Amino acid sequence: MTDNETSYVLKLAAGRLAPPTRRLFLRRALGLGSLAMLAGCDVTDGATAERALDAMSDFNDRVQAWLFDPHRLAREYPAAMIARPFPFNAFYARGASPTVDPGGFTLELTGRIGNKTPWTLEQLHALPRETQITRHICIEGWSAIGKWSGVRFSHFLGRVGADPRARYVTLRCEDNYVTSIDMATALHPQTQLTFWFDDQLLPRDYGFPMKLRVPTKLGFKNPKHVVSIEVGNDYSGGYWETYGYNWFSGL
Amino acid sequence: MSLLPSRPAAAIHPLAVRVSHWINAAATIVMIMSGLQIHNAHPILPAPVPDAMTIGGWLGGAIRWHFAAMWVLALNGAFYLVHGLSTGRLRRKLLPLSPALVLRDLRRALSGRLGHADLSLYNGVQRFLYAGVIGVSAVAVLSGLAIWKPVQLGAVTALMGDFDNARLVHFAAMAAIVMFLAIHVSMSLIVPRSLKAMISGR
Ligand code: HEM
Ligand code: HEM
Repeated sequence: MTDNETSYVLKLAAGRLAPPTRRLFLRRALGLGSLAMLAGCDVTDGATAERALDAMSDFNDRVQAWLFDPHRLAREYPAAMIARPFPFNAFYARGASPTVDPGGFTLELTGRIGNKTPWTLEQLHALPRETQITRHICIEGWSAIGKWSGVRFSHFLGRVGADPRARYVTLRCEDNYVTSIDMATALHPQTQLTFWFDDQLLPRDYGFPMKLRVPTKLGFKNPKHVVSIEVGNDYSGGYWETYGYNWFSGL
Repeated sequence: MSLLPSRPAAAIHPLAVRVSHWINAAATIVMIMSGLQIHNAHPILPAPVPDAMTIGGWLGGAIRWHFAAMWVLALNGAFYLVHGLSTGRLRRKLLPLSPALVLRDLRRALSGRLGHADLSLYNGVQRFLYAGVIGVSAVAVLSGLAIWKPVQLGAVTALMGDFDNARLVHFAAMAAIVMFLAIHVSMSLIVPRSLKAMISGR
């Protein structure tokens, strides 16, 4: 059909519809439905739009899981590019970070994990150490290059007998922050359970006693002050995720 | 043989172009307004953008709009380009294009001697602006991919000169599109017949 014929057929088809449907049909056919959507605040503020955006966010989770290549590494940078001082960011102001007593601390393990014996900080520090200089990218748009050292998370998960076929790893923190990641990202070679920052014991502001460094995800998926790790198949979301941040948030 | 009883005269803009133009206009405006809200979360410019120019209400809401409308923008844009290239329409409408032609028509336009008798023929200034905004939109999409997926699409990020640079490119592309829009919308109001033609086809 030529374009003229197409528009003629569209009009004919519209003529056979009841008037309200017909108006809708014609508006859509002209592409003005989406313009009206912009103009009508009732739509942009309303539940319909929120539901559509939820569905798109879920769709984006699936696309990102598909796009995620378990072997593709985040870029590593030379030490000269490390940002000092490194920015502080949390859901509270600087100075309000939790204080954890290193002596009494143990890391709790729950869910689909073979050996759930809690780990002391001393035991954790004795695990094989790796260092990365990577870019931390915040959802707000800023980014900063930092140096993190600790144990490869996949090594730790292997040591405690975590089920690698489980779907999620959930991290709970001393400041009641929570987030969860997909197992593929948990097993990525650069995902690190971090105890040192820029060659020093992880400072309180940057997540003492430990953080999960995930250079393939946005900053808010890199929880600080981790006190418990759960492996499981039930979606557990997270703090910012409940406010609408995209769950996968891969880079 | 035609399916139709009588064939109306050819439209100035085919239906496919009109539909994709307006879908693109809506998607681009959503991308700009949600992008400006994202920008306000951590402005690289000294001052935040007024709320009236943003959509989404806060950073998280704006990101949801940005990453939903990007699919509309990219898929519709791909359709427009495939249609325009495969039918030869884009070549016919936008070429030939030379600095001499653009300057000549710009001078004519500024002295009020540029006619709009035949709306199906774009003058040098229109060709330049349309070819330019199509190119800049492609840069906005590419730099957007570079900052959305700097690991998985690291090659695109590297092409843009790494993350921070890609962010600047992305912002500059947006600014260029906003400037285009200011001229473009003013022109379509100065020549309302052209607006009518982009809506109804004639
Ligand atoms: C496929 C297409 C696109 C993708 C994947 C994309 C992705 C992104 C991402 C990830 C950000 C957040 C990064 C940051 O804050 O710097 C962003 C910000 C932004 N985007 Fe896009 N974008 C796309 C298209 C567009 C288009 C077409 C426009 C405008 C015409 C636009 C305008 C903006 C603006 C103004 C910002 C804020 C930049 C700033 O922080 O200063 N984007 N985009
Ligand atoms: C909402 C505001 C907009 C209005 C009122 C508008 C209006 C128009 C009109 C009247 C035409 C035909 C003009 C002519 O004969 O020269 C046109 C064509 C065009 N517009 Fe827009 N437009 C808008 C938004 C946009 C945006 C956001 C873009 C791109 C980012 C865009 C890109 C184009 C292009 C590339 C053409 C040429 C299309 C072709 O012939 O294939 N417009 N627009």
